[in-house]
Amino acid sequence: MSHDWPLWEVFIRSKGGLSHKHVGSVHAPDGELALRHARDVYTRRLEGVSLWVVQSSDIVASDPDQSGPMFEPAETKIYRHPTFYDIPDAVGHM
Amino acid sequence: MYTTELKEQGGKVAPVSIVSEDPELVAAFEARVAADEFIEPKDWMPEAYRRTLVRQISQHAHSEIVGMLPEGNWLTRAPSLRRKAILLAKVQDEGGHGLYLYCAAETLGTSREEMIEALHAGKAKYSTIFNYPTLTWADIGAIGWLVDGAAIMNQVPLQRTSYGPYARAMIRVCKEESFHQRQGYEIMMTLGAGTAEQKAMAQDALNRWWWPSLMMFGPPDADSPNSAQGFRWRIKRDSNDDLRRKFVDATVPQAEFLGLTIPDPDLRWNAEKEGYDFGEIDWEEFYAVVRGEGPTARERMKARRDAWEQGAWVREAADAHEAKRRARLAA
Repeated sequence: MSHDWPLWEVFIRSKGGLSHKHVGSVHAPDGELALRHARDVYTRRLEGVSLWVVQSSDIVASDPDQSGPMFEPAETKIYRHPTFYDIPDAVGHM
Repeated sequence: MYTTELKEQGGKVAPVSIVSEDPELVAAFEARVAADEFIEPKDWMPEAYRRTLVRQISQHAHSEIVGMLPEGNWLTRAPSLRRKAILLAKVQDEGGHGLYLYCAAETLGTSREEMIEALHAGKAKYSTIFNYPTLTWADIGAIGWLVDGAAIMNQVPLQRTSYGPYARAMIRVCKEESFHQRQGYEIMMTLGAGTAEQKAMAQDALNRWWWPSLMMFGPPDADSPNSAQGFRWRIKRDSNDDLRRKFVDATVPQAEFLGLTIPDPDLRWNAEKEGYDFGEIDWEEFYAVVRGEGPTARERMKARRDAWEQGAWVREAADAHEAKRRARLAA
């Protein structure tokens, strides 16, 4: 090979009812072979029931240097959490 | 399996300078690492951290790949179908471990192609342990028990190493590695309970693999100039000598259970420190093997290059298939 095959990110659904989770990556010339490689590399021990592969270059990621402005607003809006509100015990579980 | 980081020229390389980096960025980076945060691929990191990790992770990956060779020699000669299936699964795992690690190294900006080329050109290091020959079936037992045992000892702390992709690869590797050690020990148990000849075979394998296994933990702490920075950056979590001692303490009782003798006349229990004292390691031999003077080093690289060249047609066929498919889509 005079060049590396494209990189594919591999996602596995470990069992029915759970969502797919990123587990690693493989090189492959196309999606079909990427799936086969992913099966050999990441599911040798019953790790899952379903596989996704996505070409890495198709993933759009947030910039870690911007993670402050990107995620900070959530930290200041504590009224979005149930524990922000004082409800007397007498009211019972809510 | 495993590699400890191998330095050029007998471990006497000066620590890489980080003086040229932006001190504010370095300070912020070091604070994150000190707080046990994980560093991810797109995060800022000092160049020396990146370079050290690329070297360490790629050496580790090469070791997994080259590690398939000594055991692969025995696939067609395993004594039963059960042993053959187990060995095949183990060798396949080692290939998988190599791939997890190459991917982790690639997140730092090196390419798979560069790493494979460096290995095949004889420019990259891999664990010295694989430059010893596997002469008998008992060697397959000794490798699983001792070499994978030492590997586990080394890799467990790396699950908490500061670089996220490396730590995650290590978690997968460690989960799979325990079977490797247990199947090796089972081979040794079977031989140990066999005929006098089989027991002698097990003892001979222990004699030949014991010292190389101790060398897997790397040079003595006094000769590891990069350690301080390695610890500060959480690339390294335990010292070579500490891990080596831990391995000896765990392994000696296992040898006693097998009825085998560790080939070290200086080995004795030290009640005061509650651990074993053991003999000096022949570091001259270690460095000779690092320099590629091991009896089988050349054979290993030839096997790698042959596999790569003889597999070229498969890669070319896959490329041609993809090109054809793309052309059909475009038409």
